[in-house]
Amino acid sequence: MTDVLNAIVLLANFVLVPGLAYGSQLALGALGVTLIYGILRFSNLAHGETMSFGAMVTILVTWGLQAGGINFHPLPTALLALPFGIVGAVALCLIVDRLVYRYYRQQRSTSSIYLIVSIGVMLITGGLIRFIIGPGDRKITDGERFIIKARTFKEMTGLNEGLAIKTTQGVTVIAAFLVVGFVFWFLNRTRTGKAMRAYSDNEDLALLSGINPERVVMIAWIMTGALATIAGTLYGLDKSFKPFTYMQLLLPIFAAAIVGGVGNPIGAIVGGFVVAFSELIITFAYRKVLMYLLPDGMAPEGMIQLLSTDYKFAVSFVILVIVLLVKPTGIFSGKSL
Amino acid sequence: MKKIAMAVVASSMLAAPAMAADVKIGVLLGFTGPIESLAPNMATAAEMAMKEASDSGNFMGGSTAVSVRADSTCVDAAAATAAAERMVTSDGVAAIMGADCSGVTTAVLQNVGTAKGIVMISPSATSPALSDIPDDGLFFRTAPSDARGGQVMAEVLMGRGIDSIALTYTNNDYGKGLADSIQGSYEALGGKVTVVASHEDDKGDYSAEVAALAQGGSDHLVIVGYLDRGGKGIMQASLDSGAFENFAMSDGMIGPSLPEAIGADLNGSWGLLPGGESEGYDIFAKMAAEAGFEATPYSAESYDSAALIMLAMQAAGSSDSQKMKAKVFDVANAPGTKIHPGELGKALKILADGGEIDYVGAREIELIGPGETGGAYLEQVVQDGKFTTVKSH
Repeated sequence: MTDVLNAIVLLANFVLVPGLAYGSQLALGALGVTLIYGILRFSNLAHGETMSFGAMVTILVTWGLQAGGINFHPLPTALLALPFGIVGAVALCLIVDRLVYRYYRQQRSTSSIYLIVSIGVMLITGGLIRFIIGPGDRKITDGERFIIKARTFKEMTGLNEGLAIKTTQGVTVIAAFLVVGFVFWFLNRTRTGKAMRAYSDNEDLALLSGINPERVVMIAWIMTGALATIAGTLYGLDKSFKPFTYMQLLLPIFAAAIVGGVGNPIGAIVGGFVVAFSELIITFAYRKVLMYLLPDGMAPEGMIQLLSTDYKFAVSFVILVIVLLVKPTGIFSGKSL
Repeated sequence: MKKIAMAVVASSMLAAPAMAADVKIGVLLGFTGPIESLAPNMATAAEMAMKEASDSGNFMGGSTAVSVRADSTCVDAAAATAAAERMVTSDGVAAIMGADCSGVTTAVLQNVGTAKGIVMISPSATSPALSDIPDDGLFFRTAPSDARGGQVMAEVLMGRGIDSIALTYTNNDYGKGLADSIQGSYEALGGKVTVVASHEDDKGDYSAEVAALAQGGSDHLVIVGYLDRGGKGIMQASLDSGAFENFAMSDGMIGPSLPEAIGADLNGSWGLLPGGESEGYDIFAKMAAEAGFEATPYSAESYDSAALIMLAMQAAGSSDSQKMKAKVFDVANAPGTKIHPGELGKALKILADGGEIDYVGAREIELIGPGETGGAYLEQVVQDGKFTTVKSH
């Protein structure tokens, strides 16, 4: 019996807990991508840099708070600074929309032109971020580091395997849950949310019924900026903030959005968790788990690892390719790409 | 009139080397690129040795050693080869102090060193591959090979009673070379490497890598990597998930920023750093301070490399690489009078008088087999948030 428990704890520690946190971060990112796709009908490649920008503003404000002796013990101080980060990222989104995207909207450009434009926005935003905060690693986590430490868990339960849950992981999952709940309430229950859905479903009909398109676009950017900042800050808190890493996040985020069905908010959430858990489950080595579960003497010699961790990002690629081949509209039938 | 002027210029150019009796020595280091912060002090140290030899008046019957600097870039083999080519053909250097990083050193040795028959002494190339490379006896280095580093790491692991390890390395020439060497030596000593996995630098998240490493069942994780990059990420993720608490680290992981970033959890972990605490090094550090620069990593090796080049020339009585290459071992190893930094004048005098010397230098130079140092290592343990030397190997 303890063997089975050990195996479960082992999997929970290395797959379930990190997967939940990583999945939440991807889901929030994918939600932002999906919103822009639904309303403005293009794949916003600058989303990773928007996350990075929001996280950067949050960090700068966090430093200010810390210097002023303000903290949020036992939670990370960055959570207090988050609203400022959101304001910063929303301002960035609105300014970029005004200066760049609005022009192409008036030109009624195709989505591939938008895509190329968003690459330009991505590069310029990335440069701006590195110009302001530098390319280096920034650690912003303070407050209580763990909800439960591996060693404490071992002592409490007497099991061989420990279970560690970081505060940031807990915060991530809870925050993602709240934010996703809010987004759904907003889209389904409020007048503005309904207007956005109408605009997304059929632009011409929405215009006929008197919905102001500029207002819908503005709200979409505000929500995207907020979602990006929350996702970016949570990722930075849980791992560490480094401007480069957000560009690498783009691939799993897009994989998540597409797997779930682009333009479909539920799809983005499910897609986020599908991608996160696929990455972890496929690159995990099951030797120790089998050692606990199998009778003595039958334990495997090898690592029982499907794919080396070097290929972690390849998992996102493979999922992307399979979905596009088999079901281009994604699990929840979003828009076809 | 124009013709006369040209003739004067031409004849003075021809005559220049013979008149001044300068011996040009190339200093080929990565003044731009990944080790650009180390290169200036390395070059200054090598030039300090040249100045010391020249000022003594004993070098090659009163000749002056002149430094010719060029940029190896550390990573761009084509640029390094072109720079070395220019040094040899247009500047006419007699020997090269360099190159620095293993990759460019290999390229320069193959395309310029052996092709033109020029002696190269590298202060910092540590790849094991350079031990077996065909070099016509022209290549030497004053930094130990990582093959030796791996062996020392394996011995220390065994000495600490650790009989099973997980091993992770940064995915480049340095990481792979050192990790292979650690694994080979450790398994030869009877240790068990349960899992080997590479990691990429500059990723945000290392939890998947750590999860895989933890499944081998070892308590100890050996990290071959960089302290400001992936190595730190692996360490942090290991501590966070409770996968590992005991770490052994390669030289790239050792530095004050690591304990600062990780905190108290790092106490008790240890690492190996090339170098030894020696009388020679203390003298060198003092000389460097007087000359106005800091004894940063590999600057002592650079001083030693330049000194060996000049001493070998003196022993051969010629700056011709083909003649001096046979003398490098003679001046570096016993028998003879022991020579420390700052005693180059004395050494040159002894050699001029037909005596023998044993160059000790700043780094306890003793050349072995393929023309490299045996290599001393310091075992450093983290105590109270600081790397503290506990033993010399």
